[in-house]
Amino acid sequence: MDRMKILLVDDEHEFVTTLAERLELRNMNVSIATDGEAALGVVENDPPQVVVLDVMMPGLSGLEVLEKIKGMDSKIQVILLTGHGATKDGIRGMQLGAFDYLIKPIDIDELIEKLNEAVKNMG
Amino acid sequence: MALNLKKWFNIRESLQMLTDVDSSSNRYRLFQRNIRVLMIVLTIVPLSMMALINYHLYHGSLKQEMIDPAKLLVSKTRHSFEFFLNERQSLIKSISHFYSLNELSDEKKLNHILFILKKEFIGFVDLGLINGSDGAQIRYVGPYNLLGKNYANQDWFQEVTLKGTYISDVFMGYRKFPHIAIAVQRLEENGESWILRTTIDTTMFDNLIAAMGLDAESDAFILNKEGIFQTNSRLYGKVLEQCPLKIPAGGHATYVDERKDPGGNDVFLAYTHLTYPDYTLVIVKPKSTVLKTWYALKSDLFLVFLASSILIVIVVFRLTGIMVNRIREADHNREIAFRELQHHHKLSSIGRLAAGVAHEINNPLAIINEKAGLIKDLIQYTPDFAQKEKFSTLLGAILQSVSRCRTITHRLLGFAKRMEVEVETLELNELIEEVLGFMEKEALYRNIDIGLELAKDLPRIDSDRGQLQQVFLNILNNAMAAVEDEGRILITTWEKDADTVAVSIQDNGCGMSEETCRHIFEPFFTTKKEHGTGLGLSITYGIVKKLGGNLEVKSKEQEGTTFKIFLPIKSKL
Repeated sequence: MDRMKILLVDDEHEFVTTLAERLELRNMNVSIATDGEAALGVVENDPPQVVVLDVMMPGLSGLEVLEKIKGMDSKIQVILLTGHGATKDGIRGMQLGAFDYLIKPIDIDELIEKLNEAVKNMG
Repeated sequence: MALNLKKWFNIRESLQMLTDVDSSSNRYRLFQRNIRVLMIVLTIVPLSMMALINYHLYHGSLKQEMIDPAKLLVSKTRHSFEFFLNERQSLIKSISHFYSLNELSDEKKLNHILFILKKEFIGFVDLGLINGSDGAQIRYVGPYNLLGKNYANQDWFQEVTLKGTYISDVFMGYRKFPHIAIAVQRLEENGESWILRTTIDTTMFDNLIAAMGLDAESDAFILNKEGIFQTNSRLYGKVLEQCPLKIPAGGHATYVDERKDPGGNDVFLAYTHLTYPDYTLVIVKPKSTVLKTWYALKSDLFLVFLASSILIVIVVFRLTGIMVNRIREADHNREIAFRELQHHHKLSSIGRLAAGVAHEINNPLAIINEKAGLIKDLIQYTPDFAQKEKFSTLLGAILQSVSRCRTITHRLLGFAKRMEVEVETLELNELIEEVLGFMEKEALYRNIDIGLELAKDLPRIDSDRGQLQQVFLNILNNAMAAVEDEGRILITTWEKDADTVAVSIQDNGCGMSEETCRHIFEPFFTTKKEHGTGLGLSITYGIVKKLGGNLEVKSKEQEGTTFKIFLPIKSKL
């Protein structure tokens, strides 16, 4: 089986690198970006299967990035990360085509489950 | 006036006092007292003035109404008297002209004339013919033997010689019954004179007075110019006695007078002077009779005044009571609303602060979570090493703490969200569990069993999370307050129909009476006395209604209370 190809986007560098390392430990191909611009660059050059995207970011917001990714390749699955109070953002994101949303701090097992589902969803 | 002004200022002061935030009930009493005094003064004073004015007007007009008929009666009777006397005087005068001295000297003739007079006119007693020069009675017909009597020295003889005619006062004379004499003088062409004199019985006077139709208490009589009774008086004496009342002489109009009679009674006089002779006709009416209607009216007036005053006092007391109570209630409500508002402001700033803190903490918390997770992963992927077990346990503890922190930040954010109004799609069961999180500690401490029977496939609903949290928090708080330690609260959710989900919160606490049940959703109704604002359930009710739902309550004393909340699945907001 091919390694799952994932892009992690979060402005919190420590968070994103640690999470990437944990996913790599689980045999996934993870790239990271700490802002929306960088994330879009990665998607353009080396499109991942799933993007795990923080909603609250300086510069381009998660929802804007989501729209752009979906514009570039609608097959790419996006899982949003939101704060608890921002359930509305999660719902909005799903209306924009996100696969699902998770509330931070996340549970790694739950994330992996969602990633697997998302990949299955790609067909 | 100065007193009134002072009072007015008192009112202003008490109004001022009311606007101060001071809960002492004394100021309401003072305010109530001042308002009452002012209102009573403002109503009773004009009423008294009206009553006084009416009193005087009525008094005047009633008196006039009594006086006018009396005056009329006096003047009518006077005319009757004058007519009676004039008629008789004219008759005598005519006879003296129609007959010559010789004819009248004939006793038979004179007797015949007296007979005719007696037959046709009332009162004639006798006729006498008197010599004008020496005053000797030449001829006399009548019941007495007066022939030859000489009148030369009597006053009337002098007067008739002087004036040609004379009407006497009443006198007893020889006859021992009251009568008057009328005399006329006839001058012959040869210079001789003779006088025709008649005596008239005054029974007719009594008849004329009786014809006035006076009531039993009243009196009427005739006086001569010396104030001697010419007729009997019922009250003041017999004919020819001196009248104790002094009647002013002069004038021919009808006069009215009020005075105390010698017996000390207040009387009312109407009198008039006859043109000739110099008699005075007097009517005396005791004031009590004249003003009987007035006294009745006066007591009626007084009763009406008294009744109105009592009514005013009662109305003023009740009205001011109600008014001051309303003001007191309004003040109380305003104070509570003010406190509630303050409380709300406080909560919303705490909410904003909490949201800020939660957001800020959430990011480092996520990092800690990932770092610890990574360490855990690394340990897992590394072959056994010394104290691997220990590390695992420690990491588990860290992750557990992170999870606890997460619960706290979630709760803080949820609390903060309560302040805003926004509709979202939410899991009702999840929300109920979230709210229960706030009460876990207390329930645990008091050993209260909170049972959950939540429908598994309950549809998500469109509603306001914060507002719903408040609804459940309020109802659960009430349930917690109602149950004793080791009590039971059961929360059930189910899908009522395609459009509605339902939640019931049932406790086995103290319950409520029917009366309390009827009022619990009214604002400011509380059974918690000083501990409650009485707003909780009314706000709850308001929110549920606003969200398009419904709230029902069933309760039985000593058995418990069940709240049922029905919420629409699709928001109408």
